[in-house]
Amino acid sequence: MALIQNPFDHDLPSADTPRVHVQLDGKWEEVPRGLNVIEVARRFGKLIPHYCYHPKLSIAGNCRMCLFEMGTPKLGPERKPILDGEGRPELQWMPRPQIACATTAFEGLGIRTGSPLVESCQKGVMEFLLANHPLDCPICDQAGECKLQEHAFDYGKGRSRFGEEKVRKPKRVDIGPRILLDDERCILCTRCIRFAREIADDDCLGITERGGYNRLSIYPDKRFTSNYSLNTADICPVGALTTKDFRFRMRVWFLKETESICVDCATGCNVTIGSREGFVHRLTPRVNEAVNSHWMCDQGRLGFHPIHSKHRVLEPARRAETGLFPGEWPFVLRQVAESLRKQNPSSLALLVSARLTNEELFLVQRLRDLLRGESEIFTEVVPRKGVADGLLRSDDLNPNSQGARILGIGADGEKLPELRKGIEEGKIRALFCLHEDAVGAGVPEEMLERLSLLVWQGILADKTCEKAHWVLPGASFAEKSGSMVNRAGRVQRLQRAIPTPGRAKEDVWILQGLILALGGEDLGQGGPDVFSKMAAATPAFQGLTWAGLGDQGAPLPA
Amino acid sequence: MAEIGTAKGPAAEHRIILRYADEPDYTTDIDCYLRHGGYEQLRKALSMEPAAIVAEVKASGLRGRGGAGFPTGTKWGFIDHAKNQKPVYLLCNADESEPGTFKDRQIIYKDPHQLLEGMIISSYANRAHLAYIYIRGEMVRGAQILERALAEARAKNFLGENILGSGYDLDMFVFRGAGAYICGEETGLIESLEGKRAYPRIKPPYFPAVLGLYLCPTIVNNVETLCNVKHIVEMGGAAYAKIGTPNNTGTRIWCVSGDVRRPGYFEYDGGAITMGELLYDVCGGIRDGNRLKAVIPGGSSAKVLRAGETYRIRRKNSQGTMEEVEMKLEDLPLDFDTIAASGSMSGSGGIIVMDHTRDMVECLNNLSAFYAHESCGQCTPCREGALWMHKILDRMAEGEGRPEDPQLLLDLAEQIAGRTICAFGEACSWPVESFVAKFREEFEAKAAKEHERLQPAC
Ligand SMILES: Cc1cc2nc3c(=O)[nH]c(=O)nc-3n(C[C@H](O)[C@H](O)[C@H](O)COP(=O)(O)O)c2cc1C
Ligand code: SF4
Ligand code: SF4
Ligand code: SF4
Ligand code: FES
Repeated sequence: MALIQNPFDHDLPSADTPRVHVQLDGKWEEVPRGLNVIEVARRFGKLIPHYCYHPKLSIAGNCRMCLFEMGTPKLGPERKPILDGEGRPELQWMPRPQIACATTAFEGLGIRTGSPLVESCQKGVMEFLLANHPLDCPICDQAGECKLQEHAFDYGKGRSRFGEEKVRKPKRVDIGPRILLDDERCILCTRCIRFAREIADDDCLGITERGGYNRLSIYPDKRFTSNYSLNTADICPVGALTTKDFRFRMRVWFLKETESICVDCATGCNVTIGSREGFVHRLTPRVNEAVNSHWMCDQGRLGFHPIHSKHRVLEPARRAETGLFPGEWPFVLRQVAESLRKQNPSSLALLVSARLTNEELFLVQRLRDLLRGESEIFTEVVPRKGVADGLLRSDDLNPNSQGARILGIGADGEKLPELRKGIEEGKIRALFCLHEDAVGAGVPEEMLERLSLLVWQGILADKTCEKAHWVLPGASFAEKSGSMVNRAGRVQRLQRAIPTPGRAKEDVWILQGLILALGGEDLGQGGPDVFSKMAAATPAFQGLTWAGLGDQGAPLPA
Repeated sequence: MAEIGTAKGPAAEHRIILRYADEPDYTTDIDCYLRHGGYEQLRKALSMEPAAIVAEVKASGLRGRGGAGFPTGTKWGFIDHAKNQKPVYLLCNADESEPGTFKDRQIIYKDPHQLLEGMIISSYANRAHLAYIYIRGEMVRGAQILERALAEARAKNFLGENILGSGYDLDMFVFRGAGAYICGEETGLIESLEGKRAYPRIKPPYFPAVLGLYLCPTIVNNVETLCNVKHIVEMGGAAYAKIGTPNNTGTRIWCVSGDVRRPGYFEYDGGAITMGELLYDVCGGIRDGNRLKAVIPGGSSAKVLRAGETYRIRRKNSQGTMEEVEMKLEDLPLDFDTIAASGSMSGSGGIIVMDHTRDMVECLNNLSAFYAHESCGQCTPCREGALWMHKILDRMAEGEGRPEDPQLLLDLAEQIAGRTICAFGEACSWPVESFVAKFREEFEAKAAKEHERLQPAC
């Protein structure tokens, strides 16, 4: 069950649904009773082309692209099906095509997906859809992932008989803070309307005008402000709805796709990172029925931009009187390790982010063990509280609080006030911030000046970075591989999509370097390597393997 | 000037529904209705079991007068009252927007209580406690008349709680339509009544009798259909079934418009009069001594019939066996089955007559303009096709036809019919299909005249 309740799950009948036999293009197959015919075909590798059907939305039946030829069992004298030589019912075929999206499997249903009648229907619908379409593919963001293009290629006639003036409709309609509408491209499938109504609970879209002048509109004086508005750009089969963020940025066929997860909250929506030449251009939700189903929130989707900020820290550096001086990694790591070792463990504190991966947290744990000696080292994470929206967004904005808990890093931020007190009282004299800003976490800036050692590891320069004695540039979520545990206890993988910029390094590499410099053991070079060591050493992860997590993740072993 | 109104032709009208409508001193108030025996059938009906009324309607053979001619008793039988837990609604389809049809408004404007009585009986028979009259938005006066009639009926306890002491409760409201033809399609009507855009619903699963208004079982019937129920209760289903011919029982109101001397509406027993008799004897023949060219027999969506055509009609003869007879257009008896056998339909009873002066391209363009404007635009073939066909026809009518136009029109019509959500798909493509097929030479001639308009006049 996804963490969001879908109003419909046409593709997921419950496991105990009785099975029935349907004839699909001449072959008898067994499927759950009541399964949508588009899904029946999909299960056997056949595509019934469609536009308006979406497995998670109500059935509209308006595009007519999914017309198929439907057969029903021929009935004999006692209203019993007549059986053929093999004991299968003989079928009679309805003269009228039916829509697959509104037909569900029953015993003896016949489905023809490619008969001459079906092909003629598909050609007809394609011709109609293209008649008034602007055909501005060269300047349309959807080109390359457009269902109209794809189906025109696969099912269309290849030429148009339309010799009239096309209907003109509004273009570049600003319907919301993050989304734009091109009415001429809209094929009026109403997917977006149904999404806004049924899932985003922001019923603000509708159709106005009559007949061929129909157009998608937003209610007067309303804006599509939902935090889920951008999902409509994903489900829009054409380029009618585009995100302001990605519009005109990159042709989609140039994008490298990397399967990863969103790190903007503890839900961990599965995403595809679209990147090119070291630059992330967009995130799109990736289907995971145990997490986000087909969706993600706008905040999470757009949250990646800071990774390309000009405030990215790009070089390892040491602070001298006159400012930061870049250094070479081996030297810097050795120096930092040395400085850390010199500290009395009871005066050392680690401020760790619950946005780190399990692997990074595991290395922090190991590093702490190496440094600790007799006394405990103060370790805490910085909590981030948001508001759960009842859909996907969690009230925990750290993506890996669960992982931190499992690996014994911090206490959900409860001890955070002690950090300030410790520094104030002079008990804490050294601080290592990992992807966290001590100032943001409540330590006044001038207090940081009292520290004899301040090490900062992160990606974006912040107040702590400005005071740090050592600066270690780390990696953003898109630049590393690793795992996190979401709020439902699902272990999921991040995958590296782009290289780290400048001389920044993956955090696993940095932490590993410190551990080695302190004489610790080699725990592997990348996320996947470390994962197996971590899984072996951590009871809560026992039995999990990196490969076994796959692209859908796995629940924590019970 | 053609005189509009009733005509007493050789085959005299048999007015049941319109019996009093045009009497000089007949008024729309309830007292007048009561003086003419009004609400007596309601009393009778309330003393019967609802199921018994349904049985009478089944026995009467009554078929829907809204266009499709669906047997009313069968429709009512779709609701399984033993199983049903939800409220049942009865809706009167008074949207009457099919071009060429103007019968329902005669009833509403002249004899509203007859409709109310028919509806109350039908509601009782279907165990509905709430009924609506969905009236075409443009019929403002009609809505006012119905509102007054409802108030009068309520005051006399023909409506409301415990009607006439029977224990049966019913309330009824008038709902004014939203000014679109598609609001007459029954599921579009239901959506509109629910306050939404009148987008017809997909069937399956949204058959009104199962998932109708607010997804409850709902009966939708035409005005004329519901009025007939009153008379079925009065005379009994078996006696009613004797009117007209088998399967075409009762009377029908034919609305004749177009190029005849005396257009109007006429009520005849099913099959009692032929097309020729109606046009020549009743309506005084073609205007200005012109010749008949074509007839659309059942509202603008019906396929056109061309003068001079002959049809091979299969029908049951008096011995009950099937026979095939050849008939001219003028000989077609006006009923559901014969008109259907001629390849068209008697639909809503709107007979549109065109004489030899009519340009068929212009005529079809006129119809296609209507359909392009009235398509709800929900499903692809109808939304795009209706407008496209109109653009082609408009261009042809303007003298800019192209040789490929006639075939293209036929192809487009074929790509629409049978592939849409509602029967509007057929409604907009059948005229095109039949006009182009039957008057191909006229369309070919227009098609050849490319850019005629742009040539210099000399
Ligand atoms: C496009 C379209 C328009 C229609 N308009 C009307 C109408 O205006 N009045 C009407 O009674 N039926 C109309 N119908 C037929 C109704 O859908 C429905 O069949 C009828 O109201 C049922 O009543 P009946 O069984 O009494 O005929 C229309 C159907 C279609 C497809
Ligand atoms: S904007 Fe896109 S999703 Fe919305 S109706 Fe148009 S084509 Fe469908
Ligand atoms: S709900 Fe959370 S995990 Fe999902 S997209 Fe939004 S911020 Fe990311
Ligand atoms: S056939 Fe036409 S009128 Fe009917 S639902 Fe489709 S678009 Fe609307
Ligand atoms: S997918 Fe079935 S009609 Fe659109």
